[in-house]
Amino acid sequence: MSILSAEWTALLYLVAAVCFILALKGLSSPKTARRGNLIGAAGATLAVITVFLSAKLDNIPLILLAIAVGSAIAAPISRRVQMTQMPQLVALFNGVGGGAAALVAMLELGHSDGPWVLVAVVFTMLVGAVSFAGSAITVAKLQELITTRPVVFPGMKWVMTLAAVAAVVVGGFVVATGSTAWALLLLVLGLAVGLLLVLPVGGADVPIVISLLNAFTGLAVAASGVVLDNVLLVVAGTLVGASGTILTRAMASAMGRGVSGIMFGAFRGGSTAGSTVQSDRPVRSSNAEDVAVMLAYAQRVVIVPGYGLAVAQGQHTIAELATTLEARGVDVDFAIHPVAGRMPGHMNVLLAEANVPYESLKEMAEVNPEFKNTDVVLVVGANDVVNPAAKTSPGSPIYGMPILEVEDGRQIVFLKRSMRPGFAGIENELLFDPKTTLLFGDAKDSLTKVLGAVNAL
Amino acid sequence: MDPITLLTVIVLTVFVGFEVVSKVSSTLHTPLMSGANAIHGIILIGAIIVAGQLDDPWLIAVALLAVALATANLVGGFVVTDRMLGMFRGRKPAATSKDTTK
Repeated sequence: MSILSAEWTALLYLVAAVCFILALKGLSSPKTARRGNLIGAAGATLAVITVFLSAKLDNIPLILLAIAVGSAIAAPISRRVQMTQMPQLVALFNGVGGGAAALVAMLELGHSDGPWVLVAVVFTMLVGAVSFAGSAITVAKLQELITTRPVVFPGMKWVMTLAAVAAVVVGGFVVATGSTAWALLLLVLGLAVGLLLVLPVGGADVPIVISLLNAFTGLAVAASGVVLDNVLLVVAGTLVGASGTILTRAMASAMGRGVSGIMFGAFRGGSTAGSTVQSDRPVRSSNAEDVAVMLAYAQRVVIVPGYGLAVAQGQHTIAELATTLEARGVDVDFAIHPVAGRMPGHMNVLLAEANVPYESLKEMAEVNPEFKNTDVVLVVGANDVVNPAAKTSPGSPIYGMPILEVEDGRQIVFLKRSMRPGFAGIENELLFDPKTTLLFGDAKDSLTKVLGAVNAL
Repeated sequence: MDPITLLTVIVLTVFVGFEVVSKVSSTLHTPLMSGANAIHGIILIGAIIVAGQLDDPWLIAVALLAVALATANLVGGFVVTDRMLGMFRGRKPAATSKDTTK
């Protein structure tokens, strides 16, 4: 239907674009984040209604059916997914968005003329395909369908370079000829580049890659806006591309690494390869009752949760332990490392799900000076983010990564599954420190025992 | 759009994009990424425009696939972000809702 004039259409798209900017702005603060997201959703709804009222469209019943199918699949999954699996879901949605952009550009190939529009078609197809294939690999890695270790084979660097060069050359042919056959080959090469780009990335770095691919999809959408001469797509896509780039850099710097080191580190042998050697140096281990006494008679306790807590699904138990200790007059805070969990901010979401108020979640810069005045630091399923080697041993792979300075605490309790080193595969000197106590076992079991013992006191 | 107008829009948008997220605390990195992910689902309107212009049944099928994928990105993205953010609560309501702690 063409109910709306071109001017009205442009104005409504402008309103939608402003909504997206306000959404990102709102998402930058905990107080306004939820409202920001709703503003974004409202903008998207407005834009979709506008397109139906302004463009001359055939096949409307089929389009509505496809929208219904897409919603019927995505909405229930989004509502039901376990919060620990949420990174995979975000990656999946990002991938299908990239795939959609690539398909849109390919279908527009026949209607496009002018070299710049054809370049935009090629760019959208290539980047969309890279994002689709790359996201598929990140989902497989996070879901542990394939190994989380870097996958590298001899000569991979050359295969990768070859695929990238071939993609650019074929892209050139598409611009020159406008042929669909070349376009299909371009799509295949884009998928290959996406696979080769993400396979060598180690499990711990996958979240950064998701963020990077998110920015890629944004750029593909922006280019599709050039193809379709649609300013809203240009603005929304560029916005995501730009903010996604900043976000990726922020995440990488929180891990003390550069983005290129994460993407190409495996080729240089400097990646998170990880060892699984078990140490046999003596440590002081203890039982749940002793730990309960330490916690219950402390003035101030800081809990450092790590991915091990999330894996064991122990976030509800630890929240209950914190509430119980607070009821006894102990001052309890959570110290959240920027990369605790599987993605930056993931731990905050997991603890928020367990009803830990966000005021109790302290960021690294805020909590580090407070460790000196902390009686007991309880480290649950975290290792690398509290490893002093990041400050003291320049040869270590995590050297330079900002850490939580738990070694300043008066006493330290580690809840660990075993003496195996963390993801980065470096031994933690802190485990052998005289003021450290270890409690071995599954995080959730150990926490349940400690909670029981505290209640029995 | 003429190329210069287009370039102007893109450059200004890049600066806006940099600016709005530059001071985000790491607490909100994940929801922000998820929210930005939802926003690029707006490729849906591109997919709708394309699907509405085609006659060939096979091409229509491809376009409808794009519509469904884009919808999944858009709807799923906003829903999952909202769910995540719904969990960020202040101290008061958290103290009363003990029933959700399994």
